[in-house]
Amino acid sequence: MKLSSAECHTPAGPPRAFSPRTRLVAIVGPPNAGKSTLFNRLTGLHQKVANYPGVTVEHRMGRLKARYIDTGIVHHVELVDLPGIYSLNARSEDERVTRDVLAGLMPGVPRPDAVLLILDSTNLGRQLMLAAPVLATELPTMVLLNMSDDLARRGGVLNVPELSKKLGAPVALVTASTGKGFDEIYDFLNAQLAPPRPIQLPILQDVPKTRKWAAQMSLASGYVAPAPTKWTRRLDKIFLHPVAGPVIFLTVVLALFQSIFTLAKPLMDGIAALVSGSGDLLKAVLPESVFRDLLVEGVWGGVGTVITFLPQILLLFLFIGFLEDSGYLARAALIADRMATILIAPLMTCSARLPIYVLIIAAFIPDKHVIGPLLGMRAIAMLSLYILGFLAAVATARLLKSSILRSERTPFVLEMPPYRWPKPSQLAMRLIDRGKVFLHRAGTLILTVAVVLWILLHVPTHNGKAPEIEHSIAGQVGHFIEPAIKPIGLDWKFGIGLISSLAARETIVGTLGTIYGTEGKETNGKLQEAVRKDLSPAGAAALLIFFAFALQCMSTIAVVRRETGGWKWPAIQFSYMLVLAYVGAFAAYHVVTWLS
Amino acid sequence: MISKCKLSDLPAGAEAILEAIELPEEEARHLMILGFLPGHRIEVGLSAPGGDPRVYRVDGSEVALRRETAKHLETMPLVGRVLETE
Ligand SMILES: Nc1nc2c(ncn2[C@@H]2O[C@H](COP(=O)(O)OP(=O)(O)OP(=O)(O)O)[C@@H](O)[C@H]2O)c(=O)[nH]1
Ligand SMILES: [Mg+2]
Repeated sequence: MKLSSAECHTPAGPPRAFSPRTRLVAIVGPPNAGKSTLFNRLTGLHQKVANYPGVTVEHRMGRLKARYIDTGIVHHVELVDLPGIYSLNARSEDERVTRDVLAGLMPGVPRPDAVLLILDSTNLGRQLMLAAPVLATELPTMVLLNMSDDLARRGGVLNVPELSKKLGAPVALVTASTGKGFDEIYDFLNAQLAPPRPIQLPILQDVPKTRKWAAQMSLASGYVAPAPTKWTRRLDKIFLHPVAGPVIFLTVVLALFQSIFTLAKPLMDGIAALVSGSGDLLKAVLPESVFRDLLVEGVWGGVGTVITFLPQILLLFLFIGFLEDSGYLARAALIADRMATILIAPLMTCSARLPIYVLIIAAFIPDKHVIGPLLGMRAIAMLSLYILGFLAAVATARLLKSSILRSERTPFVLEMPPYRWPKPSQLAMRLIDRGKVFLHRAGTLILTVAVVLWILLHVPTHNGKAPEIEHSIAGQVGHFIEPAIKPIGLDWKFGIGLISSLAARETIVGTLGTIYGTEGKETNGKLQEAVRKDLSPAGAAALLIFFAFALQCMSTIAVVRRETGGWKWPAIQFSYMLVLAYVGAFAAYHVVTWLS
Repeated sequence: MISKCKLSDLPAGAEAILEAIELPEEEARHLMILGFLPGHRIEVGLSAPGGDPRVYRVDGSEVALRRETAKHLETMPLVGRVLETE
């Protein structure tokens, strides 16, 4: 059947926001086809991560490296890396986002001028199925057959011009990880764009027909599938072994949590020394003024303290990147199964939860050995928090029985990628990326909170002099809510911290940095020492529990709002979590007090 | 005598032809896109401890399913095939 795209796909989107000489090009492909690798190689460091409004799906925008641009037709090319999808059926949020972007229906994103469809050439028969709906959008499309190194090594072959003729669109064999075959991509991006030549496409809803069509395409282009990988089967025998498998899994998770705290220590001490050194220097060289105090106490105390934790965040993402790129994470998800949704998913996505745990734990939990030097209190705290957060989410879903955790009902279907040796350049990209996000937040949100807080700590003035901290506006607010948090072992300073953490969870660390900086107790970057005077171990436990349960991040609230179509459920969920957090923290405080 | 069998009842190393997916259309379609197509061959692979979920080799890739999903897939086992995974 001939399918004109207008029938079931939406027409062209809103008018272009870019100048005509700027092109927007979407990278589309199934999970693990190499989209991000391609994107990183094409854009280098000129990229930024963003969320579409109201959805948790992340996308990356980046500009094609300038040196590849031929001045002929195009001025520059903006690339967008979309989530991995198998079809455009809009079954999942990822598919919905991709479909909407390609149709030009995503608010704030103009319809792309062209598509780079990237497919794994080592399994072309199946991967080509996605070509049908993408070609049906009638956007100018280039089909990139990735992993050509793997294909060649394992003896697969393919006639590229023939496939191109069959698909009515340009096709290139590439290796995204090395840049092999990229010249053709640059040629495509720089030339006049033309929609694909109309071809006979299958009915998109009919999977067997689509699969048959894909088989015909690959057959007609002389595709010989490569030999299966031996290593993947061998390694699976170890990692999925009934006994060795779970043992390895637990070891990996514990080692991950433990090493985040131990390995990062020297680096953190170095940064702390830098922060406090430069703070002292500023204090010494700048003339005495309100501005100097704001800078040294507020900004250096707040933002500086948060920045100290950068090495831990980077280590965390380095480990996660290694696990993901090597293919082990999918096996870990299989072993943990039901826990996978929450125990593993935060490792896979860039969920805000994990870095926050790291930050809070490093700031408030003392660094003590529990089982020799191998397992410390912090790693154990991390693990407990993780499991608690998981249990809380499950309980919430049960209780609310709403569509909040819609994914809970869809079956567990997980593709196992082959094992691969992670590429250092890809890992480095991730780190730079995450580091940028972290520093960006420190430089915007946390900076703002630090400045506002510092001011609130210094008004109202008495005869031109700042009040005692206790009598400042911030101090009074803290004291006002102190009765509510006293039962969980926290004082008014933490009260201010908790209020500020409504903006973002990690703000509490910056806030306490500013408070102690203003008090003059804290030597910048050494928050832990300052905090320990005001926070008992039981209070620290309570604080962690509170954070594990309470304060959903803003994007979660936005998603719940969208899926339930109102503020009722997000409000209920928020209050429920808050109560749960308080009760949990109360219990933790008293249990730990009783124990010690 | 060869008889039909649920995919979830097949042991590791077994091979079978998929006959039908008894699931709501949307879920069935997703499984088909991943390679569980009626008439195609499935090879049963390794699993998490306890046998659930389990990896299946379909259409050139490996996909893990839970038992609660796999039990809705009707298959015709291929007998006489060597039960070997390597
Ligand atoms: N051998 C080889 N490996 C590659 C190539 N391109 C990507 N990879 C690897 O394939 C894996 C998946 O690549 P990604 O770029 O993360 O894939 P993706 O499409 O972004 O995946 P999702 O974002 O999960 O959908 C990574 O381990 C890459 O290092 C290639 O051309 N050759
Ligand atoms: Mg990616």
